[in-house]
Amino acid sequence: MLPLSSQVINLLAAILLLLAFAMLTQRRILSLINLFALQGLTLALSTAVVAWSTGQSHLYWSALVTFALKVVVLPWILHRLIRRLNVKWDVETLLNIPTTMLIGIVLVILAFNLALPISQLAGTITKSTLGIAMASMLLAFLMMITRSKAVPQVIGFLAMENALFFAATSATYGMPMVVELGIALDVLVGMIILGVFFFQIRERFDSLDIRHLEKLKEE
Amino acid sequence: MEIFFVLGSPLLGGVLLSLWGHRKFAAELNSLMSVATFAAAAALTVRVISDGPMITPDEQFFVDPLNVFLVALTAFVSMTTSLFSRPYMRIEQAHGKLTDARLRLYHSMYQLFSFTMLLVLLTNNMGILWVALEAATLTTVLLVSLYRTPASLEAAWKYFILCGVGIAQALFGTILLYFASERVLGSGGGALLWTHLQHVAGSLEPTVMSLAFVFLLVGYGTKVGLVPLHNWLPDAHAEGPTPVSAVLSGLLLNVALYALIRCKVLVDGALQTPFAGNLMMGFGLLSVVVAAFFLSRQRDIKRMFAYSSIEHMGLTTFAFGMGGPIASFAGLLHMTVHSLTKSAIFFAAGHAAQKSGTQIMDDIRGLIKVNPTIGWGLMLGTVAILGMPPFGVFASEFLILTSAMRQQPWATPFLLVSLGVAFAAIFSKVQPMVFGDTNAKRLPHPPALVPVFAHLLIVLLLGLYIPPYLADWYRQAAKLIG
Amino acid sequence: MISASGVAAQITELFLAVALAPLMTGWVNQCRAWLQNKSGPGPLQPYRMLGKLFQKESVIAYGASPLFRITPYILFGGMCLAAAIVPTLATDLPFNTAADAIALVGLFALVRVFISLAAMDIGTAFGTLGARREMMIGFLAEPALLMVLFTASLISQSTSLSITVGKLLQMDLAIYPSLAFAGIAFTMVLLAENARIPIDNPATHLELTMIHEAMILEYSGRHLALIEWAASLKLFVYACIGIALFLPFGIAQGGDSLGLILALPVLVAKLAVGGALLAVIETVSAKMRIFRAPEFLGTAFLLAVLGMLVHFLLES
Repeated sequence: MLPLSSQVINLLAAILLLLAFAMLTQRRILSLINLFALQGLTLALSTAVVAWSTGQSHLYWSALVTFALKVVVLPWILHRLIRRLNVKWDVETLLNIPTTMLIGIVLVILAFNLALPISQLAGTITKSTLGIAMASMLLAFLMMITRSKAVPQVIGFLAMENALFFAATSATYGMPMVVELGIALDVLVGMIILGVFFFQIRERFDSLDIRHLEKLKEE
Repeated sequence: MEIFFVLGSPLLGGVLLSLWGHRKFAAELNSLMSVATFAAAAALTVRVISDGPMITPDEQFFVDPLNVFLVALTAFVSMTTSLFSRPYMRIEQAHGKLTDARLRLYHSMYQLFSFTMLLVLLTNNMGILWVALEAATLTTVLLVSLYRTPASLEAAWKYFILCGVGIAQALFGTILLYFASERVLGSGGGALLWTHLQHVAGSLEPTVMSLAFVFLLVGYGTKVGLVPLHNWLPDAHAEGPTPVSAVLSGLLLNVALYALIRCKVLVDGALQTPFAGNLMMGFGLLSVVVAAFFLSRQRDIKRMFAYSSIEHMGLTTFAFGMGGPIASFAGLLHMTVHSLTKSAIFFAAGHAAQKSGTQIMDDIRGLIKVNPTIGWGLMLGTVAILGMPPFGVFASEFLILTSAMRQQPWATPFLLVSLGVAFAAIFSKVQPMVFGDTNAKRLPHPPALVPVFAHLLIVLLLGLYIPPYLADWYRQAAKLIG
Repeated sequence: MISASGVAAQITELFLAVALAPLMTGWVNQCRAWLQNKSGPGPLQPYRMLGKLFQKESVIAYGASPLFRITPYILFGGMCLAAAIVPTLATDLPFNTAADAIALVGLFALVRVFISLAAMDIGTAFGTLGARREMMIGFLAEPALLMVLFTASLISQSTSLSITVGKLLQMDLAIYPSLAFAGIAFTMVLLAENARIPIDNPATHLELTMIHEAMILEYSGRHLALIEWAASLKLFVYACIGIALFLPFGIAQGGDSLGLILALPVLVAKLAVGGALLAVIETVSAKMRIFRAPEFLGTAFLLAVLGMLVHFLLES
């Protein structure tokens, strides 16, 4: 019987996977951003629990940075972006939602299998959650591929980064602080650049439909 | 100490130019900062020549034979490109394609881009390496879409998303790497330092390292432009302003390959099998073949040369994948000469496109008639990149091919055919552009062609004679790579 | 083994189910009324309805086949059997061996087939409409339900519900993500199979939006009474399955008469809370358009599969 902290971490990991699926099948942009914020919250909570149960205090800082960035700043930027771009439509997907879900399940099974040998080697209390981290990453990747509008693709990208962060926490108790700060900085700068970029696209095409951006083909 | 200046100078330049990048002296300031960076890099190089490899006291930055010449090369090409960018951007402004805000963005991002590239080259921390490489992408995304045309927006979007996804895979690879190293070196910043990792490579867990390398290859390979992850490259290199194309093609690809090589050394130490090398050879060969065949179908001059970059980087990756002293030596030499030659070609092609008002090759004709320097620059650059002696590219390609014949004979026919196809394609397209009747207009400002010929001269020199310290570095680096 | 206490438990359970099912439906409707700020007819209304219906004459259409006539009895009998199998009060029921969880799903399927055929029997448009939709919901909900039951059986290494309950009672109190996922999936399946919002509105009078109601439009008198009773029983049984799998505390183990007596108030309390919760869910959700139902049930399936996968990864 696992100690309480491990149970909580397992539960949070399961919620993370659930949120990844929920984002995959979500139709509305607003809910997508809120789910992303929720995912960030789950991530911060699980990091904090790991910090508490293993006594690694640098993880508290990590959890704080995650919270500040992914629950507060990034969703705020995204909300502002979609308000100013006026893009609250229903998301169109390339495949219909039940098919996407089935493919998602296949990817989850794949990820679990792939992560098994590594989790057996890990020395952390959270090693079994590496499979969930990989599965979330693959699901975020699937979400990026099956969307045809710009903002959901970007959210998929950010969700992928979330999953990677979780992988780092579950396999190795987090990367060194300086690296994590660098990654956070990259993500933030990336978001800002994307914000600027969206305006440029919108200015040009009057729409954020990615299909406008598929004209450059091989001749 | 010099490291501090090498990194601090472009960073300072970025900050200053974000404020003053639209003023009249902005281009001169840009060039000045790049010259300062190059001076610092040259000082660093001289120091390394006399004292040997060095590492900062906190072990976060280091210089060894592998990155010393790359640092010098990056600083040099950044400098010449900034010198080229001055008149080029002036002409672009005269043509009405740039506003003040965009110029500010361009200049500041240019300097920041140099900073991130040099950071990748000089850092000892594999995590910071990743951060800097991603930052390099971020600084150039908005540069690619500088002209705000639909094509450039599409190119920048593809660039951002594809490279972003790729680099996320590389992050996962880095996490796995940290995971493997933490078991040996303990947690904390020391576990990601390359110098430490290199020492304990033998005791890193093989399964984890091989999985890590797959992700790292996919991730950093996307940035090198290996097929099938190359989709973003032709668009991004073709649609941005020419100085941006030059540094992307000439420098960023090298830097990404450098990151890949560092990982390969670790993985080889851990696995003791040619797994990493085989993967690199496979992707490299695929890139060479695919790029050569796509080359012949291109109608845009910059796209064509972008595919040529894919081909050459594929060749270099193949060389490093083969391993062995000669192949690695040839790979390093090829990185150097390709960088110089490709940027020179882009300079000339950029001016040629400005003169004709288009980048479509069928519409550019007879450059020699109106402006002999541009025409000859383009011609010589093409001849150089196609591997004609006595230019340096011939030497490196020759060495790679002979090593291939000895070590991997099955690959040689593919390489030869691809190189031949590329030769025919590029030459047949460039020849009518340079000679024949012309429709080109005069340029509002004189073009800058000193950088073009400076680069080509160096490439020629390297083809004839490699200075002993350079050859020594190449040999030592080759030994490092294995 | 058939023990005396087992037989007593079995008979008690069966009678309890049959007697209390309409009360549960009435309770849910009453809670809904309260949530909508109405005073409601009281939780005993379904009994009054059943009484009224039994006294009325059953009118049968001219072209109806014998199937039409016997279907209500089959429905009611099937649901009684299901109520006998599910361990609501105790785990040592003699009917245990009659069917395990998978056969239970098959029993529900049998009942569904009969009602669909009966709906199509008369040949009216709405009957066929309802039957088609019911079969669609059914074929989507069944895999989800099976997955939920699989997840539970993985934990107990057996598909028999009684053994599962017994095993779950013995497990330590801990957070099991797999059961959490399976629970949510089960709730979604419950809403779908029992014709509740968001899949189907049980109080609607708009034939074009009906699923369950459309199938029983032609029935009257005692037949309708039996069918309505069977529907209440189905909700009761589903609720009891959910309680058995996810909230099994309070169910008496074999041979424990005191436990049996205590199990009754515990069951009533759980069902009351569950009914109120159902009313809340129905009030805050809106009915989905039919083409969204596959997504809803697909999500349920997904959650159930996730629960199973998570069990493999995290709990074994």
